[in-house]
Amino acid sequence: MTELTSLTIAEARTKLAGKEITAVELTDAYIAAIDSANEAINAYIAVTPDKAREMAKASDARIAAGKAGALEGIPLGIKDLFGTEGVHTQACSHILDGFAPRYESTVTQNLWNDGAVMLGKLNMDEFAMGSSNETSYYGAVKNPWRAKGSNLDLVPGGSSGGSAAAVAAHLCAGATATDTGGSIRQPAAFTGTVGIKPTYGRCSRWGVVAFASSLDQAGPIARDVRDAAILLKSMASVDAKDTTSVDLPVPNYEASIGQSIKGMKIGIPREYRVEGMPEEIEALWQQGIAWLKDAGAEIVDITLPHTKYALPAYYIVAPAEASSNLARYDGVRYGLRVDGKDIVDMYEKTRAAGFGQEVKRRIMIGTYVLSAGYYDAYYLRAQKVRTLIKRDFELAFHAGVDAILTPATPSSAFGIADEDLASDPVKMYLNDIFTVTVNMAGLPGIAVPGGVDHKGLPLGLQLIGKPFEEETLFKTAHVIEQAAGRFTPTKWW
Amino acid sequence: MSVDLATVKRVARLARIAVSEDEATRMVGEINGILGFVEQLSEVNVDGVEPMTSVTPMEMKKRLDVVSDGSKADDIVANAPNTDRNFFLVPKVVE
Repeated sequence: MTELTSLTIAEARTKLAGKEITAVELTDAYIAAIDSANEAINAYIAVTPDKAREMAKASDARIAAGKAGALEGIPLGIKDLFGTEGVHTQACSHILDGFAPRYESTVTQNLWNDGAVMLGKLNMDEFAMGSSNETSYYGAVKNPWRAKGSNLDLVPGGSSGGSAAAVAAHLCAGATATDTGGSIRQPAAFTGTVGIKPTYGRCSRWGVVAFASSLDQAGPIARDVRDAAILLKSMASVDAKDTTSVDLPVPNYEASIGQSIKGMKIGIPREYRVEGMPEEIEALWQQGIAWLKDAGAEIVDITLPHTKYALPAYYIVAPAEASSNLARYDGVRYGLRVDGKDIVDMYEKTRAAGFGQEVKRRIMIGTYVLSAGYYDAYYLRAQKVRTLIKRDFELAFHAGVDAILTPATPSSAFGIADEDLASDPVKMYLNDIFTVTVNMAGLPGIAVPGGVDHKGLPLGLQLIGKPFEEETLFKTAHVIEQAAGRFTPTKWW
Repeated sequence: MSVDLATVKRVARLARIAVSEDEATRMVGEINGILGFVEQLSEVNVDGVEPMTSVTPMEMKKRLDVVSDGSKADDIVANAPNTDRNFFLVPKVVE
C-alpha cells in the first residue's frame, strides 16, 4: 500500500469512500508526518492533533452512515490568517499574541461543513506582508525543495509560505491560503504546487484577518489542478456577511478538468517580457505556449500597456488599506499590550513592540500617502491607474481572448536571508511583478508548475482569466499539468 | 517627493508607533526608496480616468435593518488583555 500522505485529495476521497482506509488512519499519518518534519520545515506554527482526530472520527461515522461531504475526512492545513474558533489565529504577528477567536471564518466553516479535518495553523509572512515568509514572528519556513547538490535552505515564497511548504512536503492534503499581490501563486510556483487566486468576491473575506480589503482573496494551494478545483468548490460561497461576496452560484470546478481547450484563444502579453528576466523563464513561457498550441489553442499576442505601473500602484493602495485595517491593533481589545504612562503612550509602545519591521514600514507608507495634502498625488492617482490596468485586461478579453499565459515569477526560489533582497525592500517587492496586476484588476489567476530550472528548482506558469471564469483556468492549467507532469521534492528533512 | 526625519517622526506619531531615533533614521532611507519607486506613476496620463472604487461592478448589498447579532459580551472581551465586568480597561483618559 502506498504511503497515506502521498495520496492526492481525489485519491484519498476514493479510498475513504471505498472503505479501504479510514479518516482516522489518514489523519494519524499526517500528524506523524508533521511530528517528524515540522522542526525542520517550520510550516506549522500550531498543530491541533486532538481536534484533528476528533474531526476524523466524526468523518468516519458520517462515511459509515452514507452521509459523507465533499471533503469528508480530508486533512487540511489552515493559514494563520483565517479565524478558527478557539484556535491560534495571529496572522503570525506578535501583536495578536494569544488571540483565539470566538468565531469561525466563512471559508474554514465551509470546509468543515463539507467534512474536512483541521491539522493546524500554517506559518505565513506577518499580516501576509512579504514574499519569502521571512517576516513571520514565528521564523522562516524552509522550502522542501533544495537546489541539486546543495544544502542551502531556500524560502518557500510568501506570504502563504507555510501553506505551500506543507503541501509540497506532504504535511497536509491541501491548504488554505490568501493572495493580496501574489501570496498564493508565488509560493505555489516556488514549491512545485498548484495555487489559485479566484476572482475578487468569490470567497468570503469574513473572519479572515484583513490586510488590503480591496485586494485580499482566499484560495487553495494543492498538489495538482484537480485537488485545487475540489478545494475551491468548498471554500467559495455566497456570503451575506461579506458585502463584496458576489451573488453567483459556485460551479462544480472539478467537472472542467479534462475538458478540451481546442479553439480557445490564449493571449501572450508582450509587457511581461521584463528586463533582466532569466532565459530559463522565457524558455518555460515558450514551452507553455507550445503545449497549449499542441492542445489546439490559438495563441495571440496582446498588449497590456499599463503592466509596469501595477506594482508601484499596488505599493500605494495596499499599504494605504493596511494602515487603516491595522489601526485596530491598539492593545485594548485583543492581543499584546505594553503599558505606558497614558493611553497614547500605551498605543505607541504596544504597536512598536507588536509589529515587525516590514509591517511598520507599510503602515508608515500607508499613513503618509493618506495624510493631508498627499492623498490626491498618491492614493487617488494610484486608484486611477488601477482603473487603467483593469481596462487593459477588459480590452484584451473583449477582443476575444479567453485566458492569458505568463510566467508566475521572475525567478525560482531564493535563499533564506538573501542579503541582496534584505537590503532593499523594493527588490523583494519585484517578486510579485507578474502576479500583482491580477489583484489590481480583481481577476482570477492560477499558478501551475511548468518545469524545473538548471538548479532543479520548480518554476511556475500563470494563467489569468475573465472574472468568475475559474473553470477556464482549471481546464487550461490541467492541459499544462498533463504536459509538464507533477513535481515532488526529494526528502531531506 | 521624499520624506525627511521630521516627517517620518510625524507619520510615526500619526500611525501611533513609537520609533527610536535610529529607527526613524533608517526609515527615512527605506521610505524614500519606496516613494522613489512609486514616483513613476506620475508619468501616467490619468486625465478623465475615474478612480477604481469597486473591484467588481456590483450594487452594494444591504442587509435587512434588523437585529441579527448581539448579547455576546463575554465573547467580545474574551481576548482582551485587561477587563473588568465586561468593560475593556485602559489607562485613565479623562482627568
